[in-house]
Amino acid sequence: MSPLFEEIIEEPASADVPTRRVAITVNGQRRVAEVEPRLLLAHLLRQGFKLTGTHLGCDTTNCGACTVLVDGKAIKSCTMLAVQADGHEVTTVEGLASMSELSPIQEGFKDEHGLQCGFCTPGMMLSATAMLAENPNPTEEDVRWALSGNLCRCTGYQNIVKAVLWAAAKMRGEEPSHEGAA
Amino acid sequence: MTALDEIKIGGLGASRRRVEDNRFIRGKGTYIDDIVLPGMLHMEILRSPVAHARIRSIDTSKAWEIPGVRLVLTGDMMATRNLAWMPTLSYDTQAVLATDKVRFQGQEVACVIADDPYIAKDACEAIVVDYEPLPAIVNPTQAMAPDAPLIRDDKENQADNIAFHWQVGDKEGTDRAFAEADVISKISLHYPRSHPSPIECCGSIADFDRATGKLTVYLTTQAPHIVRAAVAMVAELPEHMIRIVSPDIGGGFGNKVPVYPGYVMSILASILLERPVKWIEDRTGNLISTGFGRDVYLDGELALRRDGRILAVRMHTTSDHGAFFGDAQPSKFKIGLMHSAFSCYDIPYAYLSATGVYTNKAPGGVAYRCSFRVTEAMFFQERMIEAAASDLGMDPAELRRINLVRDDDFPHRTAWGFLTDSGQYGRCLDVALEAIGYEEFRRQQAQAREAGRLLGIGISTMTEPLGAGNSREYDILGIKMFDSAELRVHLTGRAILRTGARTQGQGHETTWAQIVAHELGIPADDVLVEEGDTDTAPFGMGTYASRSTPVAGAAVAMAARKVRAKARKLAAHLLEVSEEDVEWELGRFHVRGAPDRGVTIQECAMAAYANMPDGLEPGLEASAYYDPPNLTWPFACYVVTVEVDPETGVWDVLNVVAVDDCGVRINPMVVEGQIMGGLTEAYAMASMQFITFDAEGNCIGSNFMDYLLPTAWETPGFELHEVVTPCPHHPIGAKGVGECATVGGPAAFVNAVLDALKPFGVRNIDMPLLPDRVHEAISRRRDVSGAPPVRTD
Repeated sequence: MSPLFEEIIEEPASADVPTRRVAITVNGQRRVAEVEPRLLLAHLLRQGFKLTGTHLGCDTTNCGACTVLVDGKAIKSCTMLAVQADGHEVTTVEGLASMSELSPIQEGFKDEHGLQCGFCTPGMMLSATAMLAENPNPTEEDVRWALSGNLCRCTGYQNIVKAVLWAAAKMRGEEPSHEGAA
Repeated sequence: MTALDEIKIGGLGASRRRVEDNRFIRGKGTYIDDIVLPGMLHMEILRSPVAHARIRSIDTSKAWEIPGVRLVLTGDMMATRNLAWMPTLSYDTQAVLATDKVRFQGQEVACVIADDPYIAKDACEAIVVDYEPLPAIVNPTQAMAPDAPLIRDDKENQADNIAFHWQVGDKEGTDRAFAEADVISKISLHYPRSHPSPIECCGSIADFDRATGKLTVYLTTQAPHIVRAAVAMVAELPEHMIRIVSPDIGGGFGNKVPVYPGYVMSILASILLERPVKWIEDRTGNLISTGFGRDVYLDGELALRRDGRILAVRMHTTSDHGAFFGDAQPSKFKIGLMHSAFSCYDIPYAYLSATGVYTNKAPGGVAYRCSFRVTEAMFFQERMIEAAASDLGMDPAELRRINLVRDDDFPHRTAWGFLTDSGQYGRCLDVALEAIGYEEFRRQQAQAREAGRLLGIGISTMTEPLGAGNSREYDILGIKMFDSAELRVHLTGRAILRTGARTQGQGHETTWAQIVAHELGIPADDVLVEEGDTDTAPFGMGTYASRSTPVAGAAVAMAARKVRAKARKLAAHLLEVSEEDVEWELGRFHVRGAPDRGVTIQECAMAAYANMPDGLEPGLEASAYYDPPNLTWPFACYVVTVEVDPETGVWDVLNVVAVDDCGVRINPMVVEGQIMGGLTEAYAMASMQFITFDAEGNCIGSNFMDYLLPTAWETPGFELHEVVTPCPHHPIGAKGVGECATVGGPAAFVNAVLDALKPFGVRNIDMPLLPDRVHEAISRRRDVSGAPPVRTD
């Protein structure tokens, strides 16, 4: 879809700032952008592509709020440059659900009260998604280890762990249990 | 007509799945940094790299030269607008941008507004500040030394580094009781400085519209109306032209109560530039400059009879407030509600003296998941009880049991004057000890000790005052602490509810609707809850100190009851009987004696717009301002078992049992979520989470690599139990709960570890109980202080 009208803002060109063109498949859609090489992937997703479900919480790869999937692997997008994602596939929280249907992970987080303020939630769900793709039948310990790169200050993790186990059961075609974790 | 099932309509007691989750799980929340306004500029703050220094000069010329820079602000420029300093919430002043000196590492020195945040950051680095270093004061001992350099030389009549002296209680009575005691148990403790660290940092977007004169500020605040009042008074802008919007908040925990310099700078920048200005704090800025929690030292004493009865308590606290006394707390209590300590015990005499000092550390002293220093109060209480049990050679559970206020002693006036009104303290303790298997664990512990293994069990029992006010006792900057709700029922029976509170994850959008469902029988799904916009929300004091349910939640119930009273008139009209002949059942009025003849609340709502009786005002809405008669007093008992590795000092949590009595639970799922979150912060503080400083005042803990927060991997599992004693004065019998576990939890963990170390005669290790501290205590058989290093030269 082309916009009916787009104003061109004429800024004095700052010739000394180099840019590079990147093409990234984001949530199944090819996106092309002209970026400064120093631009962080998280900033391109948020400010460039307006996918604000990816959050920033620490700037140092500790909190995991910015976790996205790059070629299916959980990556902290606050310490990956946008140019490093050139040619790769990125999945953000906005790509977890189809228009009408939530993913089992999203359902599990809601059903097991796995979130409170919601700020860490997208990163948590993407880390969990990456783990479940590799290990469809995780133990509580597996889940806790897989989420140990994501910080949550509200929930105390117990319900997050339950939510992931709930989703795992559902993805295996079982009836999810409410007694998933101790 | 069958009666409505309250659980099915999402009423009281329903573990209703949360409404707000629908957007959060899709990444469709709107947090501050998600908001983009047309023409918006970006602000970055230059912070002081040193803790104490005189500013000789600030050269911003290089910053101005960078393309895309629109404005560079310094303290001198703020001063021309009388905005270089601002009042704190504790009647002190705080620098917005430093003019004379910097007084802590991380203090705001200048800011840059530019086209994008990268340019603004580059420009901050181009600012040259010439500092003349001064000696840094990093703890109370240094602050109170006779030759200590004066930190607050900006204040008239401030000759030393003392922020306040304060006292409360019966000093003479306490002294007499101590003179008559069989045993006096003493302990000195430090509750270390900690930082709430919500995963979302602070931020603001100020948008001043010259044409209308309206200032809109999107801001990460737990208390939007307090911010509006502060902006009106500090910036001298007309209050009706200020709109504060608190968007989705990524966690608060007290950190988002104060008004921070960054907010003020972004507002001034927007006024000067007439464009929206966004400031998003980075994590280091958040950790080194915004409201910390705790940092209090205690000298505590209990006067005891040989049989274990506590005769009196004496406490002296020394609190480190940093460079500006910026505690967010009710005005008349200088050390918050520290004197709520020991409220669950029947003690005749008590005396507290408190000294607050200035140091070259960040200001704040916020109520970090805590009702104003209650966390420190209850930690000190439960550590003092544990030490007393040890001194008496008594079982710590037994010592608690004989001193707990009994069920038939309510209402109970504490020695410090609080009125506790309800509880089943002994039963909570019983449930907890039964759940953990106390007697059996003691047997296992004895066997394990013989085998050289260190098992420990720790108990913490406490009641805490949650839900400030009442307005007689509690105000912030003179504004009384009540709260409010406005309920408007539309003609189809759907409704919108607004309150003066502000959810930051507590789930108000879900649970407030449940109160309406309980009071009116309107299904919770039919009630939209809105908060956080001062243009639409009624005036309230916001969400902190576990006050939402006790105060705003009560206001919701009262507003709904007003709506019901009006609906009764409409029902009488529709049923063609007098009001006295109309009886209420959930969701429906019927004619007395003829239950089949009735009208639903929805039919009443339609009548309010389409078929009102003569003389009755149209519409169906009500507002309520609720001033609670008392605080609410939840009770909790937490029991923790641990095993300590004597070789490494590492301790593993074996079990955590939590018994909470927070009265009636609106949404049990949400309540349990609050308790588990609180227990995790308790574990965090006991095990790893603290902010300390080196001798030069450098903050050790300025990022999440140095400031440790527990992950899913370390955090133990929790076993939750409940006892329900309804609050006698709350409209639906609820009590506050959000902070109980953070408040009561830490002592249970610490008591457990020290119980395990009993064979070594270790009386205390200050939090956090890092493995090296535990190991040092074992290997040298002595107490280990976690106090920050004191300069000895």
